[in-house]
Amino acid sequence: MSNTNKKRPATKLVPVPSTNIIPERDINKSPILEARHLGIDFGGLTAVDDFNMAIGRTEIAGLIGPNGAGKTTVFNLLTKVYHPTRGSILMDGRDTAGKSTIQVSHMGIARTFQNIRLFRELTVLDNVLIGLHHEMDYRLPGAIFRLPTFWRGERIAKERARELLSIFDMQDMASHQAGSLPYGAQRRLEIVRALATGPSLLLLDEPAAGMNPSETAELMENIVKIRDTFKIAIMLIEHDMNLVMGICEGICVLNFGRIIAKGTPDDIQANPAVIEAYLGKKED
Amino acid sequence: MNAKQNKLIRIPMPLRYLINLALILALWGVFTGLMGAGVITNYWSGILIMVGVNIILAVSLNIATGYLGQLPLGHAGFMAVGAYTGGIFIKSTPAADLLKAGNAAACLPYIIAALLLSAVVAGIFGLIIGIPALRLRGDYLAIITLGFGEIIRVVLTNIDSLLGFKFTFGAAGLKRIPKFSGFHLVFVCVVLSCMLIHMIMKSRHGRAILSIRENEIAAESVGINTTYYKTMAFVVSAMLAGVAGCLYAGYLGSLYPATFRFMKSIEILVMVVLGGMGSMLGSILSATVLTILPELLRSVADYRMVAYSLALVLMMIFRPKGLLGSYDFSMSRLLEKALNTLFHRNAKTEKGGGAQ
Repeated sequence: MSNTNKKRPATKLVPVPSTNIIPERDINKSPILEARHLGIDFGGLTAVDDFNMAIGRTEIAGLIGPNGAGKTTVFNLLTKVYHPTRGSILMDGRDTAGKSTIQVSHMGIARTFQNIRLFRELTVLDNVLIGLHHEMDYRLPGAIFRLPTFWRGERIAKERARELLSIFDMQDMASHQAGSLPYGAQRRLEIVRALATGPSLLLLDEPAAGMNPSETAELMENIVKIRDTFKIAIMLIEHDMNLVMGICEGICVLNFGRIIAKGTPDDIQANPAVIEAYLGKKED
Repeated sequence: MNAKQNKLIRIPMPLRYLINLALILALWGVFTGLMGAGVITNYWSGILIMVGVNIILAVSLNIATGYLGQLPLGHAGFMAVGAYTGGIFIKSTPAADLLKAGNAAACLPYIIAALLLSAVVAGIFGLIIGIPALRLRGDYLAIITLGFGEIIRVVLTNIDSLLGFKFTFGAAGLKRIPKFSGFHLVFVCVVLSCMLIHMIMKSRHGRAILSIRENEIAAESVGINTTYYKTMAFVVSAMLAGVAGCLYAGYLGSLYPATFRFMKSIEILVMVVLGGMGSMLGSILSATVLTILPELLRSVADYRMVAYSLALVLMMIFRPKGLLGSYDFSMSRLLEKALNTLFHRNAKTEKGGGAQ
């Protein structure tokens, strides 16, 4: 409601040699994330294969595809919930091979979950504070004896948490129990918690699922606002085509674990393979 | 709604601690007074000591069960480690003679050393068992910790024949431990244990422990080192159980491995579950009730385990979260509420002024 960024910055997309699409403003910088020939097999089943993608430093990228195409699997690969069978992932130029979910989080990847995973019994503020865990630097003795480092760390973290919650106008809900929030607010809280970790790449798994059109519109503005204020890259999985086509600068279409198309929203909408696999149903 | 709340009276932080301190001192004063007046007989002050020991056991198990969300069944094992460590240590010091001479003050350093040593040794055992056990979850963790508790007991029974000299005195029991656990010592230990847990839980470390209980995958995704915090919670839990064991040794004066059977672990678990997992006040209350009640119902003591199981079954059916759920008591919050209802009318009229 209190969002100011109605106007989105116009971005031109320029193809880069690796056949990836990166916004022009990011073209001279190395991509924040690069996936090279990424693949994973579950037993005999190849869930994702030959997944190549680069995401620019301040890009909003979309990952779409029919149900079961492997979109969430890609997120799980990027966050090391699954370890890839093939290929490599470079986060900010550093290989993430052999890293754990925790280490990848420290490298700057934060995510939300398709089936919301909040700390349901804790308050909204505590949820965000857990995201800010590493912002506070006091150690166990500091906490036990309530040393000045504790008070300072807690105060700064709480201020920061309220600040982050205010992105979604949620600062008034700080003392509510997270599990008792309405569905849309839970999704927003998950985004806030992910942002609290100070990521340089934010992965959103169906952020608009279960939201009504006006909530979705608000969410779109907020995603752009988050990108603009935090100067981070955002990659999202979404079924809401208005959202994807509205804010994503580069889109990747996945079907049966393989990329079938990559490009700007206009390219994708005109792509016959995509229409056949996905949008075709709508166009009938 | 919340904007209104912000205008209400809030008790600032140092004052909150002072209120709690006053409350603890008052409680201590009441008990000491009653004991001095002879209202609390020697028999009952003994029971009070056992209440204290059980409170420490319950709140320490509550860290692993209520806050961390795991189900270890070997808490009596850590208690046994603490008890035997403290017992053997204090026997080897001149504390016994000092106590006999009535020189309790000179004895204090030995007692503190025994308590600390018990905590450390139990903590080391917690670490040794925690690292492999915490890779497992649910039933598996329960079974591995159960096994560990039994191993401790069996080792305590049989180690002497292996060592070739008297160390734990096996099934005959470790006897003539100086009885150093008085009401005041136990009271101080209970207060310090509860404070320690409170300070840990209301910090980033505590929140990390809670986040593991709530959703481990999400906790990892925000970069919480789950293995580290699981182990930490487990070790703190074991350390406090060790302290409780040491106090227990100092109260009874003799230790038998059979005391620390599997049923002892279950007894502690019942206290935690009954009070409400994740609620410190719940653990304290149910530890108190479940220690005093068997004393009052000595005539039907044989049916205690039946009553425990029945209580647990009924609890699981009617109130699966325990008596208090995860509610935690805060004197300051209660005071705030009382003050706010009292001054509600004033606050309403002066709201425009933007008072705190």
